[in-house]
Amino acid sequence: MKRIILSLVTLFSFGQNLNAAGADDPIRTMFIMDKFEILNNDENTKVWEGSFYVGYDIDKLYIYSEGEATSNGLETSQNELVYSRAIAPFWDIQAGIAYDKNDDASQTWGEIAIAGLAPYFFETRAAVLFNGDGNVGLRLDAEYEALITQKLIFTPSLEADFYTKDDPQMNLGSGLSSIEAGLRLRYEFIREFAPYIGVTWEKTFGNTEDFNPVDETSLLVGVRFWF
Amino acid sequence: MQRRTFVKGIAATAFMGVASTNIEAKPTRKDINNSNILTGNEFFLDIDYTTVNITGKTAVATTINGQIAGPTLVWQEGETVTLHVTNHLKKSSSIHWHGIILPPSMDGVPGISFNGIPPGKTFTYRFKVKQHGTYWYHSHSGYQEQTGMYGAIVIKPKKREPFRYDKDYVVLLSDWSDEKPTTIYRKLKQSSDYYNFSQRTVGDFFSEVKQKGFGKAFDDRKMWNSMRMSDRDLSDVTGYTYTYLMNGNNPATQFKALFKKGEKIRLRFINGAAMSFFDVRIPGLKMTVVAADGNHIKPVSIDEFRIGVAETYDVIVQPKSAKAYAIFAQSIERSGYALGSLTPSSSLMAKAPKMDKPQALTMVDMGMDMNMKKSHNGNAMKSGGGMKMPNKKSMKKMKFAAMEAQKYPITKLPMARGVQSTMMAMSPKYRLDDPGVGLRNNGRKVLTYADLKNRYSTRHDKKPDREIVLHLTGNMERYMWSINGIKYADAKPLQFHYGERLRITFINDTMMNHPMHLHGMWSDLETGDDNHLVRKHTIIVQPGSKISYRVTVDAKGAWAYHCHLLYHMTGMFRKVVVA
Repeated sequence: MKRIILSLVTLFSFGQNLNAAGADDPIRTMFIMDKFEILNNDENTKVWEGSFYVGYDIDKLYIYSEGEATSNGLETSQNELVYSRAIAPFWDIQAGIAYDKNDDASQTWGEIAIAGLAPYFFETRAAVLFNGDGNVGLRLDAEYEALITQKLIFTPSLEADFYTKDDPQMNLGSGLSSIEAGLRLRYEFIREFAPYIGVTWEKTFGNTEDFNPVDETSLLVGVRFWF
Repeated sequence: MQRRTFVKGIAATAFMGVASTNIEAKPTRKDINNSNILTGNEFFLDIDYTTVNITGKTAVATTINGQIAGPTLVWQEGETVTLHVTNHLKKSSSIHWHGIILPPSMDGVPGISFNGIPPGKTFTYRFKVKQHGTYWYHSHSGYQEQTGMYGAIVIKPKKREPFRYDKDYVVLLSDWSDEKPTTIYRKLKQSSDYYNFSQRTVGDFFSEVKQKGFGKAFDDRKMWNSMRMSDRDLSDVTGYTYTYLMNGNNPATQFKALFKKGEKIRLRFINGAAMSFFDVRIPGLKMTVVAADGNHIKPVSIDEFRIGVAETYDVIVQPKSAKAYAIFAQSIERSGYALGSLTPSSSLMAKAPKMDKPQALTMVDMGMDMNMKKSHNGNAMKSGGGMKMPNKKSMKKMKFAAMEAQKYPITKLPMARGVQSTMMAMSPKYRLDDPGVGLRNNGRKVLTYADLKNRYSTRHDKKPDREIVLHLTGNMERYMWSINGIKYADAKPLQFHYGERLRITFINDTMMNHPMHLHGMWSDLETGDDNHLVRKHTIIVQPGSKISYRVTVDAKGAWAYHCHLLYHMTGMFRKVVVA
């Protein structure tokens, strides 16, 4: 962690002084906007989901952010700042804080997560959240990339959230709270830039459904980019 | 990919149109341009930035004497050479004489042999040339080798060589990118398959389902999927960004080697690429390989050979008709090629043959049981290890079994299995007679390491005193490379004892070929005949395989020992200390 912060200072000298020793692991950053899209529902919801990291092979500092904004100005988001450490060839363990925001309330969580590439090439992340009210949340993400051609890529994804307690202010109910499933088809003009089309289905369950009934299927267009 | 290859083929640089440079040429021959050759025992080499145009766009290269490739240096065995190398770059630089036996302080590896050549300074290398043959030189600083700092070394022998030829050409293969090496490395770290445009598609799976049924197709994928490995991962960096060069010429401008009908032509192939393996052939001609890594071998007649990064092969060809023959070097993953012409006239250029289809890696490349390959319906997972005694197999197999049975005291080395390593070869085998992925069963006679026999007897060489086993390890997903699961930055030097004969066995726990280069001492490769151990400086360790060689530890000091793929090198590296 300390190493990361110290190295932030030297970030812009990256690649300036390489020789045989110690050059294998330069500090680097990556910003990826995995989803940046507009839905064809009544509110024309705009959705984003992205991340940024700075760090090394083993240690990284991550920012995750996802959320949506509707045309009538309502906005919700989930944001995380975590320290990430590689603990196995394909897996990172992460710890930090999460910050949820909707129009009239917000919630801060402590967070522990595991992220990586599961067998059969499923990109996965499981985050356990806990807050001062004793609520514990579990957020699961999984994504798969199927190559139709070398540049046309089909991506099914699934997201499911669970909580132990009701939180009416945040529109979260105990038990299975919500599921979101998506199918997206992108075309990588270059690796870093790919417009896509897709369809997404979102539904809330249990008490969450009582607070905020959602059961919606929408078509979408968007663009994925990174650098 | 194809598109890029051809677009890039159009442009040429000013100085890269240099026609043939025949090393044997007498001064009286006026048709030969020798400007790219420096002969003698004192040399002045200047390292500087040079604007080049290799792809149609200009880019800044780091060059030696303003050219890509650098000048061919012709030395005489037994003489002392003096090389004044001046660094005009803004960064530290160096030159390493690859495969040359010399004092450690002359080896040119910053941080190991010396401190590098600071900007504006001259370093003078001076050493006695104790060998002859085809070698090369390159920068050992940062990524300067990728941006143009490499050239050929030809050492004339004291005694006449045991073969005849009329003309002599260097064929130096390399890869060029307009992207900065640091950008390439960053992209690989961000997304290790960035440059791979031959990945498995859904269609590949469905055609397999059609062929063998869903159950079988799914089973065949199971191993790869559960290990999260790709069977299409042949090169980290491809023709998507690379233009492949032959003596600095791109496939459109072409290197041209002139011949007269009936002449015997010696071609000195050198792979000076940063990351690319080449499969080389001259359609219509048999090649007789006479030397490997500078050293004479028993001549072997072949159609094609694979040349790993940093290897050299000398071949002799004899064109029968007065037409242009293509010197065709396709990259291992078939995303592009280097091309030249063996031609009776500099106005006559050969056409490139069609590239071969890329082959996928197999279970064998994952270090699974070899007998798998033979039984096409076998279950991938069965019979994990154990050496099977050869029954009706060839003598070769018998010899490999003999290699397998050799036992020497093994010095245990530190080993880590963690984030650094995604796979372990369960049943690594000696695969010396395996031409390797992409060349298997292609109907041509392809050179393998099993064909390499020292021209001279090694019967009286000392038997190994001890053995070390080194695992080549990596994490392709995170793009990390190491030896024994420990990267260079975290590793202690390897201790070699002065005067010993050491056997080194490599086990490749990755899905990639790694060309391993030991500085300062020869690597005597076991290819099945102890009486004719072939002498090399760079040894390809095939994916999932095992290979053994012997080193006479006769050079005190500190030496570099590493994978010669430039973007693997920083991690897959060891300092060797001989004391």
